[in-house]
Amino acid sequence: MNQISREEVEALYQRLYEEAEASGYHLNPDKEFTLALVEGLLVNEARYGYWACPCRLATGIKEKDLDIICPCDYRDADLLEWGTCYCGLYVSEEVLRGEQPLQPIPERRPPEGQRPQEQPARPPAVSVTQLPLPVWRCRVCGYLCAREQPPAVCPICKAKRDRFERFL
Amino acid sequence: MEAKGSVPGIHNQHHVLFYALSTCIWCKRVRQFLESKSVAFDFVYVDLLSGAEQNAAVEQVRRWNPSVSFPTLIIDGKRCIVGYRPEEIQEALGL
Repeated sequence: MNQISREEVEALYQRLYEEAEASGYHLNPDKEFTLALVEGLLVNEARYGYWACPCRLATGIKEKDLDIICPCDYRDADLLEWGTCYCGLYVSEEVLRGEQPLQPIPERRPPEGQRPQEQPARPPAVSVTQLPLPVWRCRVCGYLCAREQPPAVCPICKAKRDRFERFL
Repeated sequence: MEAKGSVPGIHNQHHVLFYALSTCIWCKRVRQFLESKSVAFDFVYVDLLSGAEQNAAVEQVRRWNPSVSFPTLIIDGKRCIVGYRPEEIQEALGL
């Protein structure tokens, strides 16, 4: 395995903590647990070139792994239903405050062939001929923006441009 | 970290096969639990395998756990426990 220094892990932890708190998300307050996951992200970055979920088996082919690049497409639904994301890096306010225990949760990711990035682009649900700009949706957090192209990084959840889909 | 191996233990009446990912925190917890209870087990870190060997391991896991998630524990080739479930593991191994 690639050796990642404690300093690198701490630095990424700090960055993720600040980004999460600035946009209404929370990292798991069990710091040793969270640092181990952050180290997993750095190991996967060295291995695959991107932050594949440390608790899922990545293929190493980015197009196939897009939905499990952290933050994954399933994080927000799992936070809502279980109070934690699949690996336990992100938790809800209730878990943060200790009002709800942290439990391992079932895998929400659909089997191969049914994953978000494998679906054909959806046609707009309403006529958009009057809209002056297309509307883009972040598949991770649902952020919407009307502009020619999606932003390079989602301002809310920091997902990269390839996680956006045309919404309108 | 080795991709495959065996850990000896006092409790070796059952064959315990542990499929895991080396980066996964819940897998680490299962391993710590087994070691703390001195359970003998075989382990496979699927993310550290490659090519045909990895595909074969994934197919083994899929037979028991169609979502191919980790940790997956297979006891005596009869029972499968997915996730960090210490009470269930303890009960299955009669600890």
